[in-house]
Amino acid sequence: MDNTTALPISIRSLTKKYGDLFALKAVDLEIRSGEFLTLLGPSGSGKTTLLMAIAGFNHPDSGSIRFGDAEMVLTPPHKRDVGMVFQSYALFPHMSVAENVGFPLKLRGMAVTERKARVEEALDTVQLSGLGKRGIDQLSGGQRQRVALARAFVFRPRILLMDEPLSALDKKLREQMQIELKHIHRQLGVTTVYVTHDQREALTMSDRIAVINHGELAQVDTPEAIYNKPANEFVADFIGESTMLQLTQDSAGRLTFGDSVVASEAPDPSHKDWSLVIRPERLRVLAKDASAGDRHVIFSGTVTDAVFQGETAFALVKLTGGSTLVVRFGTGAVSEGSRLEAGQSVSVGLIRDDLILIPSDSAQ
Amino acid sequence: MTQTASTTGQAQALNEVALAGQERREQWTLLGLSTPAILVIAIVVLVPVGWLFYLSFVGSDGEFSLEHYKKMIEYKSYARVFMTTFQVSLLTTLICILLGYPLAYFLAHLPGRWTGLFMLAVLLPFWTSLLVRTYAWLVLLQRKGLLNDLAMQIGLWDSPIKLVHNMTGTLIGMAHIMLPFLVLPLYGAMKKIEPDMMHAASNLGASPIRSFWNVYFPLSVSGLVAGALIVFVLCLGFYVTPAVLGGGRVVMVATQITAILEYRFDWGAASALGVVLLIATIGVLYLAGRFFKFDSALFGKG
Repeated sequence: MDNTTALPISIRSLTKKYGDLFALKAVDLEIRSGEFLTLLGPSGSGKTTLLMAIAGFNHPDSGSIRFGDAEMVLTPPHKRDVGMVFQSYALFPHMSVAENVGFPLKLRGMAVTERKARVEEALDTVQLSGLGKRGIDQLSGGQRQRVALARAFVFRPRILLMDEPLSALDKKLREQMQIELKHIHRQLGVTTVYVTHDQREALTMSDRIAVINHGELAQVDTPEAIYNKPANEFVADFIGESTMLQLTQDSAGRLTFGDSVVASEAPDPSHKDWSLVIRPERLRVLAKDASAGDRHVIFSGTVTDAVFQGETAFALVKLTGGSTLVVRFGTGAVSEGSRLEAGQSVSVGLIRDDLILIPSDSAQ
Repeated sequence: MTQTASTTGQAQALNEVALAGQERREQWTLLGLSTPAILVIAIVVLVPVGWLFYLSFVGSDGEFSLEHYKKMIEYKSYARVFMTTFQVSLLTTLICILLGYPLAYFLAHLPGRWTGLFMLAVLLPFWTSLLVRTYAWLVLLQRKGLLNDLAMQIGLWDSPIKLVHNMTGTLIGMAHIMLPFLVLPLYGAMKKIEPDMMHAASNLGASPIRSFWNVYFPLSVSGLVAGALIVFVLCLGFYVTPAVLGGGRVVMVATQITAILEYRFDWGAASALGVVLLIATIGVLYLAGRFFKFDSALFGKG
């Protein structure tokens, strides 16, 4: 083995069928050495199937999985040398914390003294030093999570897999662990593949996100790009809140919605139908008599609901055409939306620089 | 509560007495509900056992005496009976473990729709009469029985082998009858082992064999011990099968008790045997309980 701490993973046309259903449909994915990549998708999208295939727990029907240069698709799981954190943690209840963490080292024939040091070091990394003698049933949920993590990286695998490891924790602890996991990832430098259905978690932690749906990759990119430049309606809808407006192309080639001209030309002339993706926080409540300027695309309508949610609030605005926009704003004293009430008629503007136009697939 | 306490300035908290009273009434209700069960146990278990205990201390002259217990120490035949009893019980338990562990594993890992069918196969004999099953084995194993006929036809052996009216027959019959008692608790324990446990073991680098010995087996051992204990204790007092398939050559305590009553009509001696067997059984359970507590401390809640 060489001395690098991380290995790239190269997945080529990986296919897995359950009966007639494609769990994975010829998936191609290059995971870079040392990056934190999240597989994000709704339940049943194939994200866990893909992770299990990387770990070796299920047999794909065809395709290739390479760790570095080595083909792994036929290698049994216990010879793949990847660490994994399970959703259920899968800690061994008949072993103490130290025995759990030391288990992979023991299997690798490491001497007792060295093993002890490594276990202590790993427990230290996850801030559990001194708890080695505890039984698993004496630990809280968050502590078990940390033990599972320590056990997964203690043998210095060059690939670390995590299957929704935080889903059993309460919100506050989950958010704390997200940051902590990110720290540990940076510290270890190991290639990490993380599975979640929680888009906020994915945005928080990842170097890149692979959005997966119906066994196919919908988009693979950085969190910013996934959010700001969704490649298709699924990604736009799945990541973040959004309202999608179906645009029409007029004779001059302009894209319009009702009376508002959204763009003077389509981003790609070869495609005819376009949708405008509107993120609620990108909308501004404007003065009632605001006219269409160069800076904003203006929509006018009536407030149907105004909802306070703590740090933010949102209003539902029913447009004259019938669609409903969500407008989200801060709740500070100067917030322009803080005086909105149901029944009020308003104009909302979308800054032209923020436009997200995607080819619409409503034709399907 | 704090408000009431501070305004009235008294130690009594709001509704404290009423709530405590309600809880007491609930406990009395529960006790009342369990009374019939307690009575049944008292009448059908404690009273007869107490009576036997008393009888075992009554000598042939009707006075208090230890003669029955003295005889048990003096005569070698009694020791032999106890030896046989423990030997048969231990061997039956071992056979049940060897057959039952793979069977329970197989059942626990069947796809859902097959589990019911195979479980039925395990339980069906459980529901048929003990006597019927025992005589069925007699038919199968006797000199001109099915097994001997078949084996001789395909040339496994030339002349009939003695498979019944001896230890072999007794063990075959008893293992068959006891198997479900071992398989059921074991199956339960195995079903509770998450598949992720085995995934984790193999992910951490354990070969299938090491995964089994280091993770699966320790997690299933609670069910195995429970099942083995049930089998062993049931075997200690077993009567029908050793009596029929042992053909008088395998004398266990229960068989001996019957013999004493049938031929000598000696209630005192029979009772003394029963008492000793009962104490031995309780001793086994106690030791197992101690071992098991030690065990669960070692293995967690596995």
